[in-house]
Formats: sequence, structure tokens, C-alpha cells
Amino acid sequence: MIKFIAKRLGSGLVVLFVVSVLTFTLLYTSSGSIAQNILGDQATPEQVALKEQELGLDQPLFVRYFAWLGDALTGNLGASWFTSEPVASSLATRIPVTMTMVFTAMILIAICAALIGVAAAVKRGWVDRVVQIGAIVGDSIPGYVIGVFLVTILAIQLGFFPATSTISPEVGPEAWVYSMTLPVIALLINGVTGGAQQIRSAVIKQLERDYVRTLRSRGIGEREILFKHVLRSAAPAGLTVLSLQLIGMLGGVVIIEQIFALPGMGPLAVAATTQTDLPVVMGVVMYTVVVVIVVNLLVDILNGWLNPKVRVS
Amino acid sequence: MGVAAKTGQSGTVVRSTVMRRLLKNPMGIASLVILLTIAVLAILAPVIAPFEENFANISKTLAAPDSVNIMGTDSAGRDTWSRLLFGAQLTLLSALLCAGVAIAIGLPAGLIAGYYGGKFEAVSNWVVSILMSLPGLIVLLTIRAAFGPSVWISMIAFGVLISPSYFRLTRTAVQSVRNELYVDAARVSGLSDLSIIARHIFSVVRAPIIIQTAAIAGVAIAIQSGLEFLGLGDPTKATWGVMLSEGFKNVYLTPILLLWPALAMALTIGGLVLLGNAIRDALEDGEKIKHRKKRAAATAESTSSSASTTPDPAKARQSRKFVAAVDAGTEHHLVKVTNLGVGYPQADGSIKKVVDDVSFHVDRGEILGIVGESGSGKSQTAFSILGLLPDNARIVGGSIQFDGNYTVAPGEDRVSQERLSKLRGKRISYIPQEPMSNLDPAFTIGYQLVTPMVRVLGISKAEARTRALKLLTDVGIANPELTFNAYPHEVSGGMAQRVLIAGAISCEPDLVIADEPTTALDVTVQADVLDLLRELQQRLNIGVILVTHNFGVVADLCDRVAVMQNGRLVEEGTVRDILRNPKEPYTQTLLGSMLEGKTPMTMLVSKPGSAAQSGSAAQKEPVA
Repeated sequence: MIKFIAKRLGSGLVVLFVVSVLTFTLLYTSSGSIAQNILGDQATPEQVALKEQELGLDQPLFVRYFAWLGDALTGNLGASWFTSEPVASSLATRIPVTMTMVFTAMILIAICAALIGVAAAVKRGWVDRVVQIGAIVGDSIPGYVIGVFLVTILAIQLGFFPATSTISPEVGPEAWVYSMTLPVIALLINGVTGGAQQIRSAVIKQLERDYVRTLRSRGIGEREILFKHVLRSAAPAGLTVLSLQLIGMLGGVVIIEQIFALPGMGPLAVAATTQTDLPVVMGVVMYTVVVVIVVNLLVDILNGWLNPKVRVS
Repeated sequence: MGVAAKTGQSGTVVRSTVMRRLLKNPMGIASLVILLTIAVLAILAPVIAPFEENFANISKTLAAPDSVNIMGTDSAGRDTWSRLLFGAQLTLLSALLCAGVAIAIGLPAGLIAGYYGGKFEAVSNWVVSILMSLPGLIVLLTIRAAFGPSVWISMIAFGVLISPSYFRLTRTAVQSVRNELYVDAARVSGLSDLSIIARHIFSVVRAPIIIQTAAIAGVAIAIQSGLEFLGLGDPTKATWGVMLSEGFKNVYLTPILLLWPALAMALTIGGLVLLGNAIRDALEDGEKIKHRKKRAAATAESTSSSASTTPDPAKARQSRKFVAAVDAGTEHHLVKVTNLGVGYPQADGSIKKVVDDVSFHVDRGEILGIVGESGSGKSQTAFSILGLLPDNARIVGGSIQFDGNYTVAPGEDRVSQERLSKLRGKRISYIPQEPMSNLDPAFTIGYQLVTPMVRVLGISKAEARTRALKLLTDVGIANPELTFNAYPHEVSGGMAQRVLIAGAISCEPDLVIADEPTTALDVTVQADVLDLLRELQQRLNIGVILVTHNFGVVADLCDRVAVMQNGRLVEEGTVRDILRNPKEPYTQTLLGSMLEGKTPMTMLVSKPGSAAQSGSAAQKEPVA
């Protein structure tokens, strides 16, 4: 098991390295004259040259990359070209906001999708039909459109919820939960509808397996078969779906935060993108990839625990 | 070459029927109409739009719909309807571009990786795993930072990012047919790899790719509009995302502006999702119908008699309340099946019978063989005794009694789970055909032996463990401790079958139903397992129903034998009588085919002439 984890961790680090090289190259070779962009059209060539020197842009690409890498390994991701704020510290203030939402949504998705999916697979009938239709509707409407309508109807028109949310624990847990409700709902609806559909088919597939019939013939009760055997065998499929949904959500949350004016990663990433604030963009990408790698590692470990075949090999 | 021509031909037939089925499906029609309408509107946008996309009437901002601006205007006085039309153009084109790029990369890569495997596959799998761990929107933000606002660049990038979905689809499909016989045949007949891929393999992946494209176009529209919504798109272009964001900015004044772009997006993406579902349904129905046709041809005889004999529902309901006593004089039989019929409801409301008017009995200490080829209804008969028929199966006639009580009383249309759940595992048990798939791979063998004993016999875990180890020794496993702690994938097929036999006798049942218990095993192991079955049966004095297609097994083990064909019982008697002197031509054919050293896996056409011929051949041979 330790060997298995070490191997996965190693390949995760390789992925991180490759992505950092590709992103760095892409960003720093394609975006035109960065110094000119920062200083504006009025800047003289001398000023531009000076700025380039200051940012280290006059050096060859690989020198700059390894300088960045060396700093990054010590936790220093550089500073914003526009606000001079260290990237690492602005990420640190924003990550908690984003991650609270993402992980709350993920946990709720896992629970809701599992319950609804199993119910649809076992009961069939109208529950199943609702799940099928829900999956189509969920696939048809992007989460941010749902978010926009939640704000418009529930917050602005009806006033049930605050339209913009500020997440600071000082306002008290109740207000905080209140302000988080709509953004989390907007984040999770697509995940629940899609996930329930996937878990439904995984459970149906498992229920048709031969060993289920044999367990029944041995006098094991339906409930025990469902919760101990079928769900366990269907879980790896569910986990894979969840991890893919999480990857999508790390992007989707950017738009949701913009809609609800949340001080998370989203506004930072959007602003950095429009301004071509490359150190910040680079920091955002690296941080996202790290989250994905960690989550994938956790999923692999869970799968290993669930499936003895993986564990042994 | 003949093979190639044939598959090509049937390929076209399948495709045209899929199209017809798609058009018959309301969901398919609706999605096609929606998508075609949007496409036509988008193409005609320059002609039918009343205004240029960026024409602004500053004196008429945020106006309500009127005869000039049928959907009103936005905050800059631009016509909503015109912008919606131009937005459709850009949206559809960008979705097409994205899907096109993804196919152009994913399809050939998947074909090569699936067909040749090797290093190329290893490298592409690695690239895929990287691409799939990148969140789409974050990548597009990076691309935007690097290349500036361009719909086309961002959609090309997204196409690259999403190409793994085509790659994986194609690779899996190709791998599944790569070693099919017809592909081998084409290879042997000297076709080049390229033409094999073009002719045989491409036809396999075509339909899944269309379905995938519908899904991906939807995702592309959602993410593209998301970028525009964030204000990262090209400001000179009218798009649904920009319009949504424009509506959101003016949400306190004219929230209706939100509705139009949201509706356009939901309709387009929804149309694509529905289309994908409808195509998938059409393909799956096609397979079902093909399957049904094959079955129908096989059981032509029994379907003709399937003029439904549905039991009177009122009678069925009534009899569920109290269970009638079995006929006097039959209580002593361990199992008695009387005129049993099992059927499956079909889409057209009729019931297709797979077991029809079958009667037999089994006593304690007796082994009854049920013989027949696949599709003869022998397994269905066995499962109705166990109460383990699929959910949609119906008892369409007759009764089953176990030890003097009905498990299926006359007139009931389903097996009573209430009555059988008390018997299963405890008094009736089951030995399945395929040992590996009948053990849960996630639990140890020990767990799967101990739990039923704890549940059924109510003994402690420790006690059950001792018993399980003894059982494993009894079924001839040399190192029971090792097997007890092993997972199913760690033991051989023969060992797994011994474990399943141990499980079947663990709670000391009166009746064991063995469904082809040796078919999946090596010939050498088969004899051992049969010996084991006989030894246990004699020692425990249990009744056994042995379902098999193999007269050799019957001759070896059974006391009596029942021969089934097309759901009906053809002949029943002692093994000696049937083997020495088979009366029915079908039995003679079965025996004959066995003596020729073949297992009757294929359908036997009961032509009177050929049957008599092989039957007489059988009679010449000394049998028992």
C-alpha cells in the first residue's frame, strides 16, 4: 500500500512539473510586450527596458523558469506586477473561501447523489423517471446560469437570501451559512443530477451481477446485499465521477464567485487574466493542479481500500 | 472478402433503421427540430436580424418589447433579438470548432493506440491523464492571458483539452473489436491495416462518436458562454454569455434581459443532450430487437403457443392472503413442480413463455438431472424454484411446492419472496455455473462463508469460522486457513467452485440446485467436483437438481433425468431408461450429438429425418 501511494505521489509530482513548464512557456512566450502592457502606451522605450530588467524579462526563458521554480519550492510564487502583493499570500487569503464552498458542495453532492441514485436503481418507477429527467435538465443548464437565476429570483425579487455574500466568520455562523447557501446550491445542482444518474447505472449494473444472486440464494437479506456488497462495488465508479466533477468545479467556482461577489480565487483569477498579471495566473494554475493531484491521490487510495485487487498489485 | 461485404451491408441496414427509430422517438424529433431551427436562424441571422449586432440606439435603452424591438433593448440600446441571432451564429460555430478539433486529435490517436497498443498507447495515456486533471475554465483563463480575447483560440484550446474523451472512447471500442474474428479474417485475407481500420473499426466507433459530439458541443457552449459572461471574450462580438452578463448587470431594472440568452443556451444545450440520449436509445433498441429476433427464431415453436394464458388477477390477489394446502398424497415429495409456466412481458403487451407446462418432482436423497441446450428453459425452471427469477419474470401457470407447502400456489403470478426468503440458504441452496463471478471480489472467501451461517443459523462468528474451515476441508481444499483468508481473485476456478459448493451445503440444506456446476471448469477438475457432489449428497442425504447440457454428467451422477426443449419437458424417466431407450427424437439427437464427442452448444434443428438418423446412430452405440 505504501509503495502504491508513493508511486501515485511520484507521478503526481511529475504531472505538476510538466504542467508548470507548459504553462510558464505558454504564458511568457505568447503575451507580447509585457512591460509595455504594464506601463501603458505612454511609456518610453527606456522605461520599458528598465521595467523588463526589473521583472527579469530580459533573461532567457529557461533561466526565468528555474528561478521561478527555485522560489516556488520555497513557497515564494513571486509578486503581482500590478499590486506588488506576494502571490502566495493573496492566494492564502482567498483559498479558504473557495475551498470551503467547493468541499461543502462536494460532500453534499456525494451524499445526495448516492441516496438519489440508489433509490432510483432499487425502486425504479417514478423515482427513476425523475432522476432521468433531472439528469437531462441538469446537463442542459450550466451551473452559473442556475446561479444567476437563484440570485435574481430568491435574493433580488423575493429577498430570501443576501444577493452578495461576504464570507467572514465574524458575522456569526448563522449569517455565514445563510450567505453561503445560494452559491453552494448553484455549484452542486449539476453535480447532484449527473452524479445520481451515474450512481444509478453503476448500482443497476452491480445488482445484475451473478454474485448478487448467489448472495440471495445464501439467505442474505436485500438490505445487507445493497448496502454492504452492491454499494461497495459501485463506489469506485462513483468516486471517479466525483473526482471529475471536482475538477470541473474548480473552474465553475470562478464564475459562481463572480456572480455572488465572493472574495475567493475567482475574482483574483479573472482580474489577473484581463491584466495579464502573469505571476498571479501562474500561481492560480499551480494551486489548482495541486488540489486536483491531492484529490486524485485520495481517490486512488480509497479505491485501493475498496477493491482488494488494486490493493494487492 | 465475403465477411467484409456482409458486415458492410448489415452496417448500412442498422444505420438506416437507427435513423428511422430516432425519428419515431418524440425525444429525437423534438431535439432535431430544436437544433435545426436554431441552426437555420443562426445561418439566416444576417438576413432576418432587424439590426446589426452592435447597432445602438442610445435614446432607447433597456426598452420593453415593442413592434421594432420584439425582445426589447439592452443598456446600450441594442436590439436583443438581433444580438440573440448573431450570438447563435457564433455559439454554434464555436461548438463545432471545439468538437472538430477534439475529434481531429482524439479519433486518430485513439485508433492508433487501440489498434497497435504499445508505446504510443502508453505515452498517450499519460498525456490524457494530464489533460484530464486540468480544470477547463482555468486553462482557458491561462490561454486568454497568453493570447488575448479570441473565441476561436479558446475553442481550439478547449478542443485539445477535451480530446481525451474521444481518445478513450475510440481506444476502448477498437480494443474490443481488434481481436474479433472478422477483423482477423480481414487481416488474413490481406487487407491493409488502413483499410481494416476504415472498413471495420470505424463503423464500430461511429455511433458513440456522434453521441459524444452532442455532449461535447453542449459543454463547449456552456464554457464558452461562461468566459463571455466573465467579460473575457471579444467585446466586439454579440454572444449569449455577454448578453447574460449584460442582463445580470441590469438585474434590478430589467431582469427579463437575463431570460432570453439563458433560454437560448438551455434550448441549444438541452437539444444536444436530448439528441445524444435519443441516438443512444435508438441504438440500444436496435440491439434489443436483434436479440429478440434471434430468440424468436430459436423458440419459434414455443412462441406460437404463447397466446397468453395470463392468470386471472383477482384470483392471484386472493390466493396471496392464504396459501392453499397442497394436493393430498404429494406432501412427501421434497419438491414438486406442477404445470409450471414462466414468461416475460413484452413491449407489445403479450407474454413470451420461456417455460411452459413443466412438471416433475424430486425426493430426498435423489438427484434429478434437467438436460437441455441453452435457451431450453432449464435454468429458468431452476431459478423459479429458488425464487431468483429476474424482476420482470412472471409465473404464468402452475405451481411449485417445497416439502408439502406451496412456494408458488396455483394462480399466483410471482414467486412469494416472503415464503422463499425463509427457505433460501437454510433449506434450499444453490451452486452456480461460473465460479469466479459468483463470489463478491471485495470480500474474503472466509467472510462470504461465515456471514450466511451467522445470518441463517444464528450462530456466533467464531463458531461459523470453525464450521467454515471444516467445510473447506470437506470439499477437499488442502490448506483451508489460506483459502479462508484469500480474496476470490487469489484462488483458481476449481477452488472457487469448491468454495461455492461448501457455501451451498454450509447450512445443511434439504435441496441443492446446481446450475451447470462443472461447465466452467477444466475437464480434470470437472470429474473431481462431480465426485465431491456425489459424496456430499450421499452423506447428507439431500435432494439435488442438477441443471446441465451434458449427458455425460447425467449418466455419471443422476438417478432420474428430465429433458427440456424450447421451454417444454420432452421426456422424463430414470437415467437408465432414457439413456438405453430414448423415446423422443429430440432426446435421441441430444444423445447422438454427445456421442459424437460434441457439446450441444448450437441450436439443434429437430428435423425428423436428421434426428432419426443420429438417433439410430446413438442406439447402435453401447451407452450406459
